[in-house]
Amino acid sequence: MKQSNTTGISRKLSAMISIGVLLLLVILLENLSTFFPGVPQVLQPTSPLFTVLKKGAVYSLVAVTMNLLNGFTGLFSLGQAGFMLLGAYTYAILTVPAAMKEQVYYLFGGCAFESSLVDLFGAVFGTSGPGRAVAMILGVILALILAGCVAGFFAFLIGLPVLRLKSDYLAIATLGFAEILRAIFQWQKLGPVTNGANMIKGFPTFSSFNITDGSGRVILRLSTFIPFLVSSICILLIVLLINSSYGRAFKSIRDDEIASEAMGISLSKHKMISFVISSFFAGIGGGLFAMYVANAQAKAFTSTMTYEILLIVVVGGIGSVSGSVIATFLYVACSEWWLRFLDSEIVLKSGFKVPLLRNGFRMVVFSIVIMVIVLFFSQGIMGDREINIGALFSGGSRRKKAAAAAGSAGTVDISVSAADKTAPAKEISAGEGGSADENLKETVNDAAQDEVKK
Amino acid sequence: MSTDSVINTQNQTAGAADPGSHGPSRGNEPLALHLENVTMQFGGVVSVNNLSLDVPQGKIIALIGPNGAGKTTAFNCITGVYQPTNGLIEFMGQPMVRTYPRGKDAKIYKGQNREKYAGQHVLTPTPDQITQLGIARTFQNIRLWKSMTVFENVLTAKHMRAKQNVFSAILRMNLAEEKRMREETMDLLREQGLETVKDELATSLPYGLQRRLEIARALATNPKLLLLDEPAAGMNPQETLELADFVQEIREKYGLTVFLIEHHMDLVMNISDYIYVIDFGSEIAQGVPETVQSDRRVIEAYLGISEDQEDKSNT
Amino acid sequence: MEYVISVLLSGISVGGQYALIAIGYTLVYGILRLINFAHGDVFMVAGLMGIYFTAVLPITLSIPLVILVTVALGFAIERVAYKPLRDAPRMSVMISAIGVSYLLQNSATYVTGGQPMTYPKIPFLSNTINVAGTQTKWVVILTPFLVLALVFVLTQLIDRTKIGMAMRAVSKDFETSRLMGIKINSVISTTFIIGSALAAVGSVLFFTNYPAITPMAGAMPGLKAFVAAVFGGIGSIPGAVIGAFLIGICETIIKGLPSAWDVSVFSDAFTFALLIIILIFKPQGLFGEAATDKV
Repeated sequence: MKQSNTTGISRKLSAMISIGVLLLLVILLENLSTFFPGVPQVLQPTSPLFTVLKKGAVYSLVAVTMNLLNGFTGLFSLGQAGFMLLGAYTYAILTVPAAMKEQVYYLFGGCAFESSLVDLFGAVFGTSGPGRAVAMILGVILALILAGCVAGFFAFLIGLPVLRLKSDYLAIATLGFAEILRAIFQWQKLGPVTNGANMIKGFPTFSSFNITDGSGRVILRLSTFIPFLVSSICILLIVLLINSSYGRAFKSIRDDEIASEAMGISLSKHKMISFVISSFFAGIGGGLFAMYVANAQAKAFTSTMTYEILLIVVVGGIGSVSGSVIATFLYVACSEWWLRFLDSEIVLKSGFKVPLLRNGFRMVVFSIVIMVIVLFFSQGIMGDREINIGALFSGGSRRKKAAAAAGSAGTVDISVSAADKTAPAKEISAGEGGSADENLKETVNDAAQDEVKK
Repeated sequence: MSTDSVINTQNQTAGAADPGSHGPSRGNEPLALHLENVTMQFGGVVSVNNLSLDVPQGKIIALIGPNGAGKTTAFNCITGVYQPTNGLIEFMGQPMVRTYPRGKDAKIYKGQNREKYAGQHVLTPTPDQITQLGIARTFQNIRLWKSMTVFENVLTAKHMRAKQNVFSAILRMNLAEEKRMREETMDLLREQGLETVKDELATSLPYGLQRRLEIARALATNPKLLLLDEPAAGMNPQETLELADFVQEIREKYGLTVFLIEHHMDLVMNISDYIYVIDFGSEIAQGVPETVQSDRRVIEAYLGISEDQEDKSNT
Repeated sequence: MEYVISVLLSGISVGGQYALIAIGYTLVYGILRLINFAHGDVFMVAGLMGIYFTAVLPITLSIPLVILVTVALGFAIERVAYKPLRDAPRMSVMISAIGVSYLLQNSATYVTGGQPMTYPKIPFLSNTINVAGTQTKWVVILTPFLVLALVFVLTQLIDRTKIGMAMRAVSKDFETSRLMGIKINSVISTTFIIGSALAAVGSVLFFTNYPAITPMAGAMPGLKAFVAAVFGGIGSIPGAVIGAFLIGICETIIKGLPSAWDVSVFSDAFTFALLIIILIFKPQGLFGEAATDKV
């Protein structure tokens, strides 16, 4: 953004193009098996690759929202799980079809809201065929936006008292609010709305977007594309915010509150803007999370979830959007896929039983890796730099090689950051979100190929 | 000094009301800043005691005093970092800060004029609101935004005056405004001679340039009154001379009023139109540079004590 | 009436157990300005060690061993995870603490296989006793006295000994103490050793009265103890103890309210509500000192 506006516009264009290309790639990737049923196991719809991509898309949005607060505004907030909870419940309550309510809320004799957004739109566009699809899409979009609004509204209420607190007190107060929200949503008295401590399900999920023919056979899969689409749009908006005058004001507050105030930047106003916007998108992230796991349950949104997201942000680099996105996909890929083998006992052909390997070992290794990063690579993968499109095209080949050469996640981290050091430092572009996704996809694909070779 | 000096300051200077002192404003010059009975008490410690002073528009006024005399505290009261315990501060003839000891402060208040502002409408603006009114400042220990470049430091200071809201900013409906801010920033950097280093990290600049950048950043908020907190601290004589010219230059160019705290007597005597001397939070002398220079109390209290303190820090 | 007494008794006992953890928080925060998120998990690990040690050793040996190993763990955590970050921003140290907490929880899941573990019956402590017509365990009666005794010893240690003086100096002004030749690292280590030892004692008392230990069992008591420390004024030992008793009692009362109201779900939330109220209205806590920032 340091250059003049003309390059800014072309950069925006290239950012848009790369996001478009990325989304197209995702569609292609998940539909390969439909057109070529013979593709390797890893590209089949049941492959962990798609779990990773879906969860990664959801988590990267939440990680970026957390980075907006912690990395860009210097507000050490640990309330992300609470805002996700609000988003998830709002989405779920608003989209469970009327026909399902009786069944889901059987303990409470039905839901306080008899209808759902999908049904409301269904009344307009019809309940079958394309009309039903349009109704569902509109209902889901509106529900996600409302999920964000509810989270943002609560953030506003919570922010009024707590944003005055300093670093660690703010952390513990936001953590406290998340816990309070969790308790409220489990309260049996609110059962007709929240279904008490039980889960809400039956609402549209990612796979509801797969297009089927009359016989129910899937003809076009969109279940990975949808989270990518929503996340990309949200991350793009956050990046636009970060690179705006408001984003600069946030960074100034992070650097030196007293100087910012003396330069006329209202701390309360800007902290609140950052907090509400971050929570708005965390709410949407919560809605996406509910879609991903196909249920909404307060139990899931514990402080451990917030810690997990915080660690992702740290691994990616505090103050780097692309870092957060890369780190999310690496984190999810490791925990859901690449390190899975650590969880099962392996007996070699010679009869040698590999020691230590059993259920839970994966997370131990994983947390040790994270501790090593926190202690020895405190800059994380990206520090506070960003990947930019130009560097991706010119330095992309180099990075690809580095990524391909690296076998494990740990070495990928180092090679990516090393490659980026050679790229022009501290370049910020409007499209990091997309380009980072893309870069990550390369590593995911590389890894996928490795997997196939095995 | 005067308890009865100013109720209606706009057409009556402190000097006219109190024959013991003369005040910087001869005749009816309008005041940029006017402090009246300002007291700042932290717990039982009175840092600024019943301070009254005038800063006429377009002048360069200095506030001097030994270490720990309460100069920076006075600045912090003016800029809203602290809320004074008692007193009135007017900016451009309008009351800006007005407080009296309340609650716990009322019990332990040790200063004077306890009742003078009691019951009046309390005004305690935040620092950003004060900056919005047109007062900008620099800091004793430079406070630049350290992750930002020189250009970004100045550009960010323009944020306050930008005509936009967060939605128009995200959706880029304010490109003209953004362009204007960038152009103005470039102009300012060019004028301050910081153009060549605009893409450097602010904290990587040499000390003198960092001070200059801090002033440039303060100017970016379009102030009417500029408060400089020890602008020459850590500078060599050559840089100090340059700074003196620089301060006078920006005063002319932007029609500024300058109020500064300084330890370098050369600089103070050289550029100030009028000087206030405080010690232990209270005013001990005031006058034009020549008068202050020869004032016995100033020499005793100020120089004497500051030597003592040097001795202490040496041992 | 009997019901009220039994609720109060167990409230006091839970409060005492929180107090033992809260002291660890308040000491560490007083000196390092660090919320040691891992402290609750150290407490949980001490509980697990209690289970594993008593399985192979007699109680008389295993309890001292639990304390010893917990102390070693606390010491090691400080050396490995916090000491390298001594000059890093506060946020980094806190993140490191969260990382350690994550590691301890995951390791506990690995070791236990994720199964809830039952704490062994400790003779005497687990025995029941009749107080004013209510059946209760000895541990419930004993906890408050033990806590008060330990707090007394601790305050003597801090007020009377040389290391105690050093601890007070460091908590007042870290940098100056360092310049004055106080061995910062040994002071900090001592703090962690004391905190961990008390957490170990707390774990024995807490889990004796608790059905099972899960890897997450330390997180909630840990956070509550931290709230107790904030409530009492962080850095103040008596404050932390009073805060802990208050939270323990309130929590048990909430849990004991008629089940038709279904408010027991708020027993944890209550603690946090208390925290937020305190932070807003009296951020320095009951006995803490207000700090001002220098500009």
